[in-house]
Amino acid sequence: MALTGIQIFKMTPKKNCKECGCPTCMAFSMKVAQGAMDISACPYMSEDALAELSEATAPPMKTIKIGTGDSEYSLGGETVLYRHEKTFVSKTRYAVALCSCMDDAAIDAKLAEVAKVDYERIGERMHAELLYVNYDEASGADRYVEVVKKAAATGKVLVLGCSDADVAAKALAECKDGKPVLNGANASNYEAMNKVATEAGVVLGVSGANIDELYDTVAALEKLGNKNLVIDTTEDTIKETFATTVQARRAALKDTDRTFGYPSIVNLVKVAKGDKYMQQALVSLFTMKYGSIVVLEELGYAEALPLFGLRQNLFTDPQKPMKVEPGIYPLNGADENSVCVTTVDFALTYFLVSGELERSGVPVNLVINDAGGLSVLTSWAAGKFSGNSISAFFKENVEDKVKTRKVIIPGKVAVLKGDIESKLPGWEVIVAPLEAVQLVKFLKDMQENGQL
Amino acid sequence: MPFNRKPQKFNAAIKTVEIGTGDKKVTLGGENVFPFYAFDGEIANGPKVGVEISDLGLENEVPGVKAYYEGAASIGEVAKKAAEMEGADFVCLRLEGGDPNGANKSVEELVAAAKEVADAIDAPLVVEGCKNVEKDSELLAKVAEALQGKNVLLLSAREENYKAVGAAAGLAYDQKVGAESAVDINLAKQLNVVTTQLGVKPESIVMNVGSASVGYGYEYVVSTLDRIKAAALSQDDKMLQMPIITPVASETWGVKEAMAEEEDAPEWGSREERGISMEIQTAAASLAAGSDAVILKHPQSVATISKMIQALV
Repeated sequence: MALTGIQIFKMTPKKNCKECGCPTCMAFSMKVAQGAMDISACPYMSEDALAELSEATAPPMKTIKIGTGDSEYSLGGETVLYRHEKTFVSKTRYAVALCSCMDDAAIDAKLAEVAKVDYERIGERMHAELLYVNYDEASGADRYVEVVKKAAATGKVLVLGCSDADVAAKALAECKDGKPVLNGANASNYEAMNKVATEAGVVLGVSGANIDELYDTVAALEKLGNKNLVIDTTEDTIKETFATTVQARRAALKDTDRTFGYPSIVNLVKVAKGDKYMQQALVSLFTMKYGSIVVLEELGYAEALPLFGLRQNLFTDPQKPMKVEPGIYPLNGADENSVCVTTVDFALTYFLVSGELERSGVPVNLVINDAGGLSVLTSWAAGKFSGNSISAFFKENVEDKVKTRKVIIPGKVAVLKGDIESKLPGWEVIVAPLEAVQLVKFLKDMQENGQL
Repeated sequence: MPFNRKPQKFNAAIKTVEIGTGDKKVTLGGENVFPFYAFDGEIANGPKVGVEISDLGLENEVPGVKAYYEGAASIGEVAKKAAEMEGADFVCLRLEGGDPNGANKSVEELVAAAKEVADAIDAPLVVEGCKNVEKDSELLAKVAEALQGKNVLLLSAREENYKAVGAAAGLAYDQKVGAESAVDINLAKQLNVVTTQLGVKPESIVMNVGSASVGYGYEYVVSTLDRIKAAALSQDDKMLQMPIITPVASETWGVKEAMAEEEDAPEWGSREERGISMEIQTAAASLAAGSDAVILKHPQSVATISKMIQALV
């Protein structure tokens, strides 16, 4: 049951102390009602009020933290099913699968392959954050502990796929400080697993043979007092896995069924083992639809480049455009004598323009202005991409770094030509075509005509 | 206490549009649940996969695509192989060569190519223009005329030329009209409204609401698709109930991740593998957000996406 801001306000001390960070108790109450703040931010709530409120205002889906230090990740905490309704808050995290059935050489090769993919894309580090270590009964508990140790040494957050409580306890003894996930509780072992996980202070993953069993097991664990859970929504088939993953998230957010208000784990190794192309399709599907952790066998550059791009797109705040860092980006081996091409710092603009510039093969210095992350026409209309701002940016950041005195401006702001020329003495301002796709021909023609 | 299922049932459905003739014809749309939500209700038809071929031949294709079409000398033979590809539901002929800034082939030449393709296959055919508004107005009208009786889908009628393309394809020659807008629910709806006002039946319209590669502003594509499906099903918006076709290959094989040669980006590994993955992941995301058909190029992508659809529907 959701409470209104007024109802919450009645229970606050009404002293406007600002200790919660809000100017007034009323403002705080409104934020709590919207789910933007937690009631515990107020230090003066009475115990009774707190108990009543935290039940009623608890977010529909819990935020579960795994890992430590720089490698701490939040899972879940979502409030909407579609990104346009508000925003998705916790990125899908990817786990590369290891198994204690693999020999050392195979494991080393896998870890080396995982370590290779680590790069930056629009200010965000892209790499596989997690390793999934699966327990193979046949090769025994000692071997599992060995593999877990090896995996823990990488510094990545571990997800232990193990439903044998004794083995899990041994493995956790080696890695619990890294705050891994123990994924292995089910209808038959949940009491024992719960004990192991709570003693080690780690998140417990719960699975079920079908959605009903999963639901009941989560409810049973909650009854034991454990709310530090993730739900493994993987079933026998792709279809059932999708059904369980979507229904669990929808029940939590749309129908406020808190039993399913936990982040999910989708293990593609179980439903598409050995089929890397199918795993590529499914990792995309489950990034779109509600996988909090997705486990896959391979995450090389082929998988990573599209996947991390998709994730970055999906988890942006729809109200905040993606920005690239303003500055000079030399393309196609450009040096200080190469012509400057300038545009705004809206990520989409940057990608389109830099893509076309690269395709042209002509060496250019792409100068990205600080335009508030808006597109060319929007930032121009907002006065953030003007003769003043461009010339100031060039004087401060560009003039002493390049020898060229030619700059190409976007065709959509052709009107700025005169203004920039008057404010940037010595520079020749050239107007580009209206659309980015026309840049290739435009630059090639200029090169042929010796204009560069 | 068992899990209480609350299926999202709608009293509205996506319209069905048939492409092609005979045994091989395909039906796009018809579903009345969200994409792949088979647990809410049966999914009518299920999304379809098309194979893109170009009048410009195979010269610029990656080795795997070239190898697949090996021995195919004419565009007709290429089309035949495309239609036989594992997982293919239809063929999409892209008349890129018509671009006045590119090869600038004549309309006659391109119509002849379209005719050759249509005669070579019995699979349904989608014909995509060269993206130049003026050229497409003439080209697509002529293609619609030349392929009468084949029930082809023509891509695309846009805001600037919907009258020419819509009238020829949808009215005069009884083909299907692809209405293309630029990643915006309002533009998509507006184009459907004016196209139907022209007299084209809503059952003859398929939307292309715009696409991108994942990583390239793809959030706009997702939100546009999400919002269109929501409006079509939960608000019964008749002007947004047309099925959606998304060309994927033409976007994904042109981005840096799929274009960079191995010597330029050695750490990235095989260019072909990158391209396939880009195509597969973009297609899967498009289908998850509500596309009723995707157009792909690489045999591996076509087979994989088709298999994923079979597994989910």
